[in-house]
Amino acid sequence: MPEVDLSVTLAGVRLKNPIVPVSGTFGFGEEYGQFFDLEALGGLCVKGLTLHPRNGNPPPRIAETPMGMLNSVGLQNPGVDAFIARELPRLQALDTAVIANISGNTPAEYGQMCEKLSQAGVDMIEVNVSCPNVKAGGLAYGTRPELCAEVTREAKAHAGRTPVMVKLSPNVTDIVTIAKSAADAGADALSLINTLRGMRIDPETRRPILRMNTGGLSGPAVLPVALRMVWEVHSAVDLPILGMGGVATARDAVEMLLAGATAVGMGSAIFADPMAPVKAVEGLENWCESHGIAAVRELTGGVKPWEN
Amino acid sequence: MPIQRDCTLVAKRQVGPNTWQFTLEAGEMLARTRKGPGQFLHIACGHSRLLRRPISVCACGEAEGAAFLSIVFEVRGEGTAWLAHREVGDTLDVLGLLGNGFAVTPGGRYLLAGGGIGVPPLYGCAQFAQGKATAVLGFREAGRAILLEPFAKACEDVFLYTDDGSLGKQGYVADGVRAVLDKDKNFTAILACGPKPMLRGVAEAAGEYGVPCQVSLEERMACGVGACLGCAVPMADGSMKHVCKDGPVFDAQEVDWNA
Ligand SMILES: Cc1cc2nc3c(=O)[nH]c(=O)nc-3n(C[C@H](O)[C@H](O)[C@H](O)COP(=O)(O)OP(=O)(O)OC[C@H]3O[C@@H](n4cnc5c(N)ncnc54)[C@H](O)[C@@H]3O)c2cc1C
Ligand SMILES: Cc1cc2nc3c(=O)[nH]c(=O)nc-3n(C[C@H](O)[C@H](O)[C@H](O)COP(=O)(O)O)c2cc1C
Ligand code: FES
Repeated sequence: MPEVDLSVTLAGVRLKNPIVPVSGTFGFGEEYGQFFDLEALGGLCVKGLTLHPRNGNPPPRIAETPMGMLNSVGLQNPGVDAFIARELPRLQALDTAVIANISGNTPAEYGQMCEKLSQAGVDMIEVNVSCPNVKAGGLAYGTRPELCAEVTREAKAHAGRTPVMVKLSPNVTDIVTIAKSAADAGADALSLINTLRGMRIDPETRRPILRMNTGGLSGPAVLPVALRMVWEVHSAVDLPILGMGGVATARDAVEMLLAGATAVGMGSAIFADPMAPVKAVEGLENWCESHGIAAVRELTGGVKPWEN
Repeated sequence: MPIQRDCTLVAKRQVGPNTWQFTLEAGEMLARTRKGPGQFLHIACGHSRLLRRPISVCACGEAEGAAFLSIVFEVRGEGTAWLAHREVGDTLDVLGLLGNGFAVTPGGRYLLAGGGIGVPPLYGCAQFAQGKATAVLGFREAGRAILLEPFAKACEDVFLYTDDGSLGKQGYVADGVRAVLDKDKNFTAILACGPKPMLRGVAEAAGEYGVPCQVSLEERMACGVGACLGCAVPMADGSMKHVCKDGPVFDAQEVDWNA
């Protein structure tokens, strides 16, 4: 049997395999680079960047949930300039795609960041219109189609030839409406899902565990929601999708591909097992081999929904 | 540089109510990742829980030619309850050794200040000081005291305090630290581990007597290695540091105690 072709193309960017650690769970790659060779990855999304450095939210920022977790990190980051100066050169030296994730307070800020990152030569820009952890902007852009479109247009206008991927929030009544607004405004790809808003309470103290009271839910618990949303968006919008949310194993990744994803993000599962992304790549290859699949991209959208 | 390893549980002992001491076979982990006393392990506690649990190293070394690590933990919730049910021969999925330990130098004179389940991580400091450390250990009550014998053997002096006076003197660890410093403040540093209010008290006492003080902090963690920024603690200068990567040990003066 010939080797399985694991490569995929996401908005014109070739990834050697579909597995990509997602923004905020993988820092700037350095920490997990101690556990495995980052070149084993299809690409990596770096921690969410803002125009200016941000300190993030007060602790506690983490709460465990059944097969998942809440976070309220709040976009702590050194700012886009420091990222370009201090982190990007190391990442660019690697043979893997570098995806910069950005959040802005205004559409103009998104534009400014796109210009800097595009000039610095990142492989792709992921526009986060959906972070539930910041008061200004963030979630509002991701929940209102006209704002999402405005941010997308602004990003595209300043990103030059760098592809723009818009990251969608699941905290909406109809994700397809938002997905279409981003597509119509010129997005090159979509990524979904960001975290779902949630809460945990300590019954003894009656205090929420998180200092911010609420946070974003991620991890295996959200996989079914993510699969459903990826499937809905893939069925309605003709853009490649980086599918994420709860993926922990190669089998989860196969489901995500079948639902309609071109590439698959992994985040919280890495906290449980730092080797999870590498195991997923190996597992995907084995799965394809044992199922007679010559190229992993054949799986995208391959789900056979029941006719009802 | 941290590594992931399946460590075999080679000895298990109950050392207090709901408190267990595990000895783990450490293999190459020790040689490759050990920096000093006060580092911690990030331990997977069953497949039904996403997050690992951070537990400090109590002691480590070589016995019969094999590297070992010991931890002491109290059952607090589901994860530590799962851990307490492991039996000798089981393996634990461990990331370690993580973080930076206490900054200690050979020949230094150290005053160890530990409260409750914060006592075990200081045992490594006592061993490091080769019999020359002084320890102030505090517990809620006599029945909850742990590791008294090992500390008695490893330290020059041990002063005990309990909240209710059922063992040693009645009072808090910070009171004990003040009592020691009153007679002799010629210490290289105070090394402290315990609940936050205790640490704040010890840091205040250290400030009053002008003795350097290092504190081991706790915060809820996801990754344990510095990637998720989950375990942030506010510093006095307004910045954020991270318990897993920058700590767990911090200079008491760096910490924003009012946060
Ligand atoms: C650096 C460090 C070293 C530690 N060393 C020890 C030790 O040597 N011995 C010991 O008994 N305990 C230690 N702790 C505390 C220990 O991590 C918690 O008691 C444990 O995580 C509780 O888990 P659980 O599932 O039993 O409780 P749950 O309350 O069910 O846990 C729910 C979630 O909250 C987290 N959590 C709850 N309490 C704490 C806490 N105090 N600190 C950090 N996370 C918490 C858990 O990790 C888990 O993610 C240490 C904590 C840190 C940060
Ligand atoms: C600790 C943490 C921090 C995150 N930070 C960001 C961020 O900065 N930007 C962003 O777009 N998404 C962020 N996310 C969301 C993830 O990128 C991802 O969309 C979500 O966690 C679902 O994937 P998972 O279940 O595999 O973790 C963060 C998630 C976690 C758990
Ligand atoms: S736990 Fe992830 S940065 Fe400390």
